[in-house]
Amino acid sequence: METNPDTTTEGMDKEYWELRLYVAGQTPKSVAAIANLKKYCEQHLLGRYKLEVIDLLQHPQLAEGDQILAIPTLVRKVPVPIRKIIGDLSNEERVLVGLDIRPIESKLTR
Amino acid sequence: MQDKKTSSPAELPTLPKAPTGIEGLDEITEGGLPKGRPTLICGSAGCGKTLMGIEFLVRGALEFGEPGVLMAFEETAEELTANVTSLGFDLPALQEQKLLRVDHVHVDRSEIEETGEYDLEGLFIRLGYAIDSIGAKRVVLDTIESLFGGFPNEAVLRSEIRRLFRWLKDRGVTTVITAERGDGTLTRQGLEEYVSDCVILLDNRVIDQITTRRLRVVKYRGSTHGTNEYPYLISEEGISVLPVTSLKLEHEVSDQIVSSGVPALDEMFGRKGFYQGSSILLTGTAGTAKTTLAAAFANQIASQNKRCLYFAFEESPQQLVRNMRSVGVDLAPWIEQGLLHIEASRPTLNGLERHLVVIHKLVKELKPDAVVIDPISNLINVGNVNEVRSMLTRLIDFLKVNNITALFTALISGRTNQLDATEEGVSSLVDTWISVRDLEGVGERNRGLSILKSRGMSHSNQVREFVVTDHGIQLLDVVIGPTGIVTGASRLTQQLQEQAQELALRQELERKDRELERRRRVLEATIANLRTEFESVEEELRQINSEELTRHQTFTEGRTAAVSEMSGRGAPGHNTKSNNQ
Repeated sequence: METNPDTTTEGMDKEYWELRLYVAGQTPKSVAAIANLKKYCEQHLLGRYKLEVIDLLQHPQLAEGDQILAIPTLVRKVPVPIRKIIGDLSNEERVLVGLDIRPIESKLTR
Repeated sequence: MQDKKTSSPAELPTLPKAPTGIEGLDEITEGGLPKGRPTLICGSAGCGKTLMGIEFLVRGALEFGEPGVLMAFEETAEELTANVTSLGFDLPALQEQKLLRVDHVHVDRSEIEETGEYDLEGLFIRLGYAIDSIGAKRVVLDTIESLFGGFPNEAVLRSEIRRLFRWLKDRGVTTVITAERGDGTLTRQGLEEYVSDCVILLDNRVIDQITTRRLRVVKYRGSTHGTNEYPYLISEEGISVLPVTSLKLEHEVSDQIVSSGVPALDEMFGRKGFYQGSSILLTGTAGTAKTTLAAAFANQIASQNKRCLYFAFEESPQQLVRNMRSVGVDLAPWIEQGLLHIEASRPTLNGLERHLVVIHKLVKELKPDAVVIDPISNLINVGNVNEVRSMLTRLIDFLKVNNITALFTALISGRTNQLDATEEGVSSLVDTWISVRDLEGVGERNRGLSILKSRGMSHSNQVREFVVTDHGIQLLDVVIGPTGIVTGASRLTQQLQEQAQELALRQELERKDRELERRRRVLEATIANLRTEFESVEEELRQINSEELTRHQTFTEGRTAAVSEMSGRGAPGHNTKSNNQ
């Protein structure tokens, strides 16, 4: 068990995360989602991620490209495959599972 | 529907409607779908829900200048485009012209993880963007129920769908939502509770191995609508709904007369033929020359340089032409000149509605002056009596409205001679009904023709025997024997007998004439005799008379002389007086 985190961390080191969060205006859900996501990224993916927040109220034409229906939606563009997480991202464990970030690391940081 | 709008301008404002442009649907809904409101189209698989949605958009864009957005949840834009190309809808071209926007919404449960609260604002934004980008007036959501597969939280979804329809209403776009039909409910997810303005139910039914599609307007808030089930078809030109009762029996009528093609038959009608635009039914048992009569009519129409459309459900065109040539009706030249079009097909080839559409289509294409359907009774193979009747009702109405003279033949069964009903029960629909039948006598069978009814003109009440000769159909003079009308050989016998009788009668007359002449001569001789006799008597009498006169004169003179002798000086006055006497 002790060796595993090291290998995963090493494996994850090579990976780069490109995330896109779609929101619509400054609704409570959107604000919560941005705050939650930033927190997780800082904790787990420090220096290895790129986060783009898209406000669909300003760029409605972008919604079609990523097949956005629900707001807020987090899209993991890289690494492939593309994954989507909807909701205000309040459940950390599910977000990490959804993004395929090993939760074991979060346990360690906690 | 348009009449309605114009006829009631001063009344209360009616619900504004968005015409669909779909043949027949606008008539049933009396103008179209409720404008600015959502309409639910539900039905089981293969009903043409998506197609109806697309046609609503395409026709809206092309015919009514209303751009539309198609939000497809099930198929991609490419798939949809390919699917409707066969119907002549060019979606890419419309998209280029900014008349249509197709937005494919892909929902995949496996890709989506749900954490915490969310809403479907993204869908709203996409739809709103699509609507704004082309100024859409119409929206089709096909099929929004797919969302239920994509999002696990049904409570959120339902409230969002409710909000979506509210939002669409507020935006004033006419929306069509398609939905799969559920078990016992109109839609699987109970969408009908959100869309309450107009619900159209499509149905796909197989009865006796024949599929018929039917459409019914379940509800239409704020408007009257046709409530029946209407058959509809998906043809090469999209959906066409065929309303039975949309016609109000208001068609124009013609006073012109069309000949039946058989001069003696024309004579049986008070106005020497059929009215233009009327419908004629020709019933008869097998082999009573129904087709020959029908072909004679077609021939007559074509010979007047008018177009005739002939639907043959029993014979191929070549066979029909050959057979008719044998009775002196040559149809070939008319076909070459394009005046006669024979459309031959097996009745079972198409469903009833399909037949009707084929007829509609050909009638619209060829614009004939007359249509012959030979025979309608074969259509009974395709549907049940009620369906056939409703189809024929619609057909007759359609032809009447277009002022096309229609002649139908129908085979009636067996010997029962049920004259009051054809199997299809269309006799009350037609204007003129001619019955041909077998008149079976001693050892032979002859054909008799009679007119059972003829609306709007007097007609002969006789049963006329007719024969099919090398020169067409000939009606024979009526021969009435001691037991009624006689036909065939007995007619010939009767005719011979009558000739003999006539001869005898003539001879008798001549004899009487001669007798009279003799009598006259005798009498004249007698008269001459008498006259001679009279003359001699007259002369004798005259003789006697003059003798008498002379005698009297002599007597008078003698007396006068005697008197003057006796009183010569007495009274001169007297003298003068008597002299004067």
